[in-house]
Amino acid sequence: MTVLTMARALNDALDVAMGKDSTVMLLGEDVGRTGGVFRITDGLLEKHGAERVVDTPVAESAIVGVGFGLAVGGMRPVTELQFMGFSYPAFDQVISHVGRIRNRSQHRFSAPMVIRIPYGGGIGAAEHHSESAEAIYAHTPGIKVVVPSTPYDAKGLLLAAIADPDPVVFCEPIRLYRSVKEEVPEGWYEVPIGPARLERAGRDLTLVTWGAMITEVRAAADTLESDGVSVEVVDLRSLVPFDADSVVRSVDKTGRVVIVHEAPRTVGFGAEVAATVAERCLYSLRAPVRRVTGWDSVFPLKRSESQYLPGTERILAAARQTLES
Amino acid sequence: MRQRLTPSGGLEGSPPFDLQLTRRLYRAMVFARTYDRKGMALQRQGRLATYAPFEGQEAAQIGAAAALEPNDWVVATYRDAALMWAQGYPWELLFAGRTGDERGGSPPEHVPVMPPSITVGGHMVHAVGLAWAEKLAESGRIALTSFGDGATSEGDFHEAMNFAAVYDIGCVFLCQNNGYAISLPRDRQTRSETIAEKAIGYGMPGVQVDGNDLFSVYETVREAADRARTGGGPTLVEAVTYRLGPHTTSDDPTRYRQDAENAEWLRRDPLERLRIYLSERDAWDEEWQAAIESEATSEIERAVELAEGMPPLGPGEILDSMFDNLPPHLERQRAELVESLR
Repeated sequence: MTVLTMARALNDALDVAMGKDSTVMLLGEDVGRTGGVFRITDGLLEKHGAERVVDTPVAESAIVGVGFGLAVGGMRPVTELQFMGFSYPAFDQVISHVGRIRNRSQHRFSAPMVIRIPYGGGIGAAEHHSESAEAIYAHTPGIKVVVPSTPYDAKGLLLAAIADPDPVVFCEPIRLYRSVKEEVPEGWYEVPIGPARLERAGRDLTLVTWGAMITEVRAAADTLESDGVSVEVVDLRSLVPFDADSVVRSVDKTGRVVIVHEAPRTVGFGAEVAATVAERCLYSLRAPVRRVTGWDSVFPLKRSESQYLPGTERILAAARQTLES
Repeated sequence: MRQRLTPSGGLEGSPPFDLQLTRRLYRAMVFARTYDRKGMALQRQGRLATYAPFEGQEAAQIGAAAALEPNDWVVATYRDAALMWAQGYPWELLFAGRTGDERGGSPPEHVPVMPPSITVGGHMVHAVGLAWAEKLAESGRIALTSFGDGATSEGDFHEAMNFAAVYDIGCVFLCQNNGYAISLPRDRQTRSETIAEKAIGYGMPGVQVDGNDLFSVYETVREAADRARTGGGPTLVEAVTYRLGPHTTSDDPTRYRQDAENAEWLRRDPLERLRIYLSERDAWDEEWQAAIESEATSEIERAVELAEGMPPLGPGEILDSMFDNLPPHLERQRAELVESLR
């Protein structure tokens, strides 16, 4: 075991995967010489060579579309798009081809590839650099969507994504890259794609979240616990497949749920969670379902970022309203 | 523009292959035209969904396929049935796709042809990836991607050409410039004088050929394929041809082009010039023509029967090919779907 940040854990996962499977290759803008804009691929060019760690032209559609061809042709490409806000030129490839080829060809062809996308705000970046568009990908048939929130999960989920026979959009919370460290096993291990992670068990209230919001949710849960409220925190980790059973089990127990995400509210993935609770937990619910989310605004620039991002106070306010109803 | 076989059947220089192969490829073009006309007829009878005919483009497609090795990848479009068939894709699956059956997109295991791209231009980058995978595997296989003049305006054309050139990928870009992108004529598609010259900007060779001349298409694609196979990188081939029919069965070409233009291109028909060429060398007669037409008809009829004989996908099967293993939420949806059909 070593203590690693999420950034190092992801780097380790890529290194381990490339060491184990010679068909794994990395493609993306600046992933080679500079080790990626977030240094996630740092040192891998030197270790695994320019044939397998490929600095590409600035062309997101081709990064994913050529990656698709490589995958159909027997490789296991891991593509990197520098920011979620720059993934949209590649979105056509994702929705029109990557998510469809298995169905279009009735299993004759498949595209086992990973599309890594750093996402989320809180770092005061320029326009387009802070977006959370995971719901757009989750709404796209034929791809899996994964969002780790811990270094351990980041490595295990990335290895599972690389081994997966189907394409995986792998969303990496930028804010968590270097803000937390934890023990991460050496070598290959997988965290299965699908099952949620029970961050903490409790009886009175369920907080459902994923990815970057885990920090704020943890802080809110700590405060509530110190007020004598027993809080259960469910970290989804995977949006497709979505572990509805874990959410339902938790809400059936607590009767109260607040869903927290950074993305805009309307048709955010929280709506899917809320609908699932409405469909399956109506008779357990003791309070209306609440959502604490980003607003339906363009992600604001640095000086107004705090207006947008759901903070601990907003989560606490929603939790208290829910507990009082 | 390269041309070896003139519209009147005259030959410039020596032929690229012997009469026996010429006869075989002429026969393939007759089969292709038979399939295409059948496709139009079946759609008019309501037996196919939309059909996109390729009549007039047979030499470009059959000639290009003849220049490939049997295991080279073909990544083509909804108007490329002849090209796909010539590389091994069965007629019945080409029909099946057009009847609206996903299984039409599933060629047999040994056939190195992707299902036809319905998007315009999105598939060219796939060919670059496939050719790259083959290069890494040192298999000696290359990829050919086919597209129309309209697709050259898409961003993915640029990205595919650029990527292929930067990494010396063994990919042949075959543009069948058939004059129109639905209604938009070629001169409104791009200001460049030829499509072939676009290759210059990417640092790769670009060659314009008479796409209705089987010999020129074959020779040019063969050169491009050889270059690709020997590490010389990609080539853009512009085959100048003409879509004698509509864009699809949903289209009325009289709204955007003149009959006179059609008549002029009928005069340059790719089959007719090859027929004259063979006939002048005593390698064609009416008896043989009747025989191959009859073979074509029975093979195509058999393919129609096979396609139409396929039972539709069973209840819930539309979900079964979304993932390798059906995840729990799709299991639930599948059960709900099946229940809804009871």
